[in-house]
Amino acid sequence: MSRTLHFEIFRYNPMDPDSKPHMQTYYLEEKDNMTLFLALNEIRETQDPSLQFDFVCRAAVCGSCAMVINGRPGLACKTKTKDLPDKIVLHPLPVFKLIGDLSVDTGTWFRGVAKKIEAWVHTTKTFDPNALEERMDNDLANEIFELDRCIECGCCIAACGTARMREDFLGAATINKIARFYIDPRDERTDEEYFEVIGTDEGVFGCMGLLGCEDVCPKQIPLQDQLGIMRRKMAIASLGGKVGKLFSVFSKKKK
Amino acid sequence: MQTFYTDMLCIGGGLAGERVAIEAASAGFDCIILSLVPPRRSHSCAAQGGMQAALGNCAMGEGDSPDVHFEDTVKGSDWGCDQEVARLFVDTAPIVMRELAFWGVPWNRVVPGPAVYFKGGQKFEVYEKEEKAGLITARAFGGTAKWRTCYTSDGTGHSVLYTMDCKALEVGVEVHDRVEALSLIHDGENCLGVVARCLRTGELRVYFAKTVLIATGGYGRIYKHTTNAVINQGTGLILALDTGIVPLGNMEAVQFHPTGIVPTDILVTEGCRGDGGTLLDKNEYRFMPDYEPEKAELASRDVVSRRMTEHIRKGFGVKSPYGEHLWLDIRHLGEKHITTKLREVYDICMNFLGINPIHELIPVRPTQHYSMGGVRTNKDGAAYGLKGLFAAGEAACWDLHGFNRLGGNSLAETVVAGKIVGEKIVEFLKGYEVNIKTSYATAEVKKQKERIEKLKNSSGGENVYKLRNEMQEIMMEKVGIFRNEKDLQEAVDSLRTLLDRSKKLSLASNGIGANPELAEALRLPGMIKVALCIAYGALQRKESRGAHYREDYPYRNDKEWLKRTLATWKQGDDLPTLEYEPASKVFHLPPGDRGYGEGKVIPSDEDEKSGDNK
Ligand SMILES: Cc1cc2nc3c(=O)[nH]c(=O)nc-3n(C[C@H](O)[C@H](O)[C@H](O)COP(=O)(O)OP(=O)(O)OC[C@H]3O[C@@H](n4cnc5c(N)ncnc54)[C@H](O)[C@@H]3O)c2cc1C
Ligand code: SF4
Ligand code: SF4
Ligand code: FES
Repeated sequence: MSRTLHFEIFRYNPMDPDSKPHMQTYYLEEKDNMTLFLALNEIRETQDPSLQFDFVCRAAVCGSCAMVINGRPGLACKTKTKDLPDKIVLHPLPVFKLIGDLSVDTGTWFRGVAKKIEAWVHTTKTFDPNALEERMDNDLANEIFELDRCIECGCCIAACGTARMREDFLGAATINKIARFYIDPRDERTDEEYFEVIGTDEGVFGCMGLLGCEDVCPKQIPLQDQLGIMRRKMAIASLGGKVGKLFSVFSKKKK
Repeated sequence: MQTFYTDMLCIGGGLAGERVAIEAASAGFDCIILSLVPPRRSHSCAAQGGMQAALGNCAMGEGDSPDVHFEDTVKGSDWGCDQEVARLFVDTAPIVMRELAFWGVPWNRVVPGPAVYFKGGQKFEVYEKEEKAGLITARAFGGTAKWRTCYTSDGTGHSVLYTMDCKALEVGVEVHDRVEALSLIHDGENCLGVVARCLRTGELRVYFAKTVLIATGGYGRIYKHTTNAVINQGTGLILALDTGIVPLGNMEAVQFHPTGIVPTDILVTEGCRGDGGTLLDKNEYRFMPDYEPEKAELASRDVVSRRMTEHIRKGFGVKSPYGEHLWLDIRHLGEKHITTKLREVYDICMNFLGINPIHELIPVRPTQHYSMGGVRTNKDGAAYGLKGLFAAGEAACWDLHGFNRLGGNSLAETVVAGKIVGEKIVEFLKGYEVNIKTSYATAEVKKQKERIEKLKNSSGGENVYKLRNEMQEIMMEKVGIFRNEKDLQEAVDSLRTLLDRSKKLSLASNGIGANPELAEALRLPGMIKVALCIAYGALQRKESRGAHYREDYPYRNDKEWLKRTLATWKQGDDLPTLEYEPASKVFHLPPGDRGYGEGKVIPSDEDEKSGDNK
């Protein structure tokens, strides 16, 4: 049952003047229950200790290890080798800045967009340590959690034609994040304020609705729904003035 | 060389580091977080289960109070904790959970009406009160009298960390990710900053800071089988040890979690057993009630892990190519429960084992999980030995957990200690000025540069991964769940040899830029020192307390060992220097029986009279 896996891995160390981007070949005996996490570490430890890649949780929860696996963005730690053919081709995620080999800088990218959309609860209230917490319906809490599940792995960004074409495109994960705050009654931002943030070509109107993002999301976040919902809300908000306000009253009530 | 100046430098962007940073930044101080990875990828994000706070909102939490939480915590710690700290913690935890709700955490809430729960595989029904509707609810965790673990589905760590990081962004905390602190800059009295290495470029940097916080999390990767993330290598503890003056507390107190999956060691949450999951042996027989009639699977972790190991030793383990294990059974909880409330567990089983827990059993065994020990601090979070140095979270020995921490108490500790220590740092910073003594920095940078050059040019021939694997195996086999003099002595001897061999590390690659082999080689000698603190502390502690179980000294010995180990590392030594201090200044709850576990105790002379000590 044992196979010899043939890896073709993208190599480039930007810090090394002698390094040129190229593909490098490795062979490895496959083992039971092998994941790309186990395989890449074995290659590093036994064949090439300079090989760069990022793993943290090795359990598909931290979002560190996304890479392009045989042409498709995915989490390496949860990719089992037995689901792959003998030949495995690995590239770093596009769009993000390359650190070296398979390692890219998703952290800086996500922090940047979080700042841009001010991804925190905007409230005029202050916290009262002596008061009971504000009540919330459990279904709503679950709904917020659903959208909060994104692990910022970057797969959806790497798979997105728009993101690859325009550097300033916020991307599906970011629009999903907005949706998360949008449905959260603790965030007091109005539709107009949200419109300022994402009612542009950088935001929802840049999206071409081609579905690339949702397909690759390892958390199965319903990105298409969220993109659609936000696009419709923002389209209505863009009618501006009265209509927008009316809608905003209506939608806040509905929350 | 890049040099930065700040009021507060936070080493670590997990929950503890971020919560402290938020406190300092909100008070108007400059604050920089250093982290090996983007903060949101810190290990805190992997915590599934939840955080304890005595809110008492759900039906099964009725009648809960900080007092009950206090009692559970002290018993859980096997009276090893600092009771002043435990008091402070239980009183503050409810406020912090509400504050997190205010900042945006989508806590699960009380749904009024009849509700069906499971305990020990049995179904039962309770009535959730109308007046509590929409307040933060809780679930059961091991070792607690009431249901008190607040949660967001099974992504509590993720949700709270994301909310925390949003808050940090809002209040202007600066983040330098992919930066590793290598050593502290200090003058023997004051902590002045750190020398760090950029993991993008490999370049060294200097950070000068009025206060430095060590919030670097656990060191699980010193063991072969651990639930901890790959980056949990204990480098923060090395910073403290290398000063020669800052002690680590109770390093021998290491927690094993009953349910790491086999083979990948990924944790499945205690929530599984809290919600009614059971443990089965090779005959699919539920054995825990035989050992622990009252709490069964929900006794504290040290007890369950030992009972499992005991049962395996008796020949009831399931054999597999990856060693023996037992089964975790959650099938009876049903598809809906498993795919909603325990979804991460479902995903882990499907993704990493190819097992469907709705229909199949999950292979589990006790796995290294948590470090009760760490940088010893006082109740304000100030480290012993250096002014301006603080610690919080899993890296600290604040000492809330003593010799065993309760599930849900550590995630709660990160945010509660984070708030308390943050406030103390703000007090400290007000009106505090240090002289920036660049000479100390220059000397420290020189030292680190020399280490790096030596590694790059050495022909010593020792391979970093090989040595690391040897260390991990020694720790797993000889400093694990059951301990004894012979094994521990062997462990100490072999680790000393490894430490010596680590001086001959040389690189197989060129070490240029963000080279992972160089990074590992820089860490390894320090990791071996941390391992030695654990092994040597365990060898010296001739009693059994909480997670520290000595087969040759099976009693908890309050007469001689109601105290905390303090380990420092003097320059040039190949063993730590151990000293001891009383476990607690006050005993609100005098040492007694935990109500679970083996419960053999040699009482101290104090025990009889300490009853009126409040
Ligand atoms: C799988 C798992 C599940 C858990 N579930 C629960 C639970 O349900 N309930 C509970 O109470 N507890 C749980 N715990 C324990 C709890 O998650 C941890 O104790 C807690 O998250 C630790 O938080 P922290 O902020 O101290 O450290 P971490 O979150 O580990 O953060 C450490 C930070 O330090 C940084 N760092 C480390 N070294 C350096 C260095 N040298 N230089 C710069 N930065 C550095 C890292 O990059 C990281 O940002 C769980 C633990 C595990 C392993
Ligand atoms: S649907 Fe929109 S966001 Fe998703 S991949 Fe296509 S363009 Fe990108
Ligand atoms: S939305 Fe999905 S694919 Fe995109 S970053 Fe989040 S988890 Fe990754
Ligand atoms: S390593 Fe955390 S998601 Fe893969």
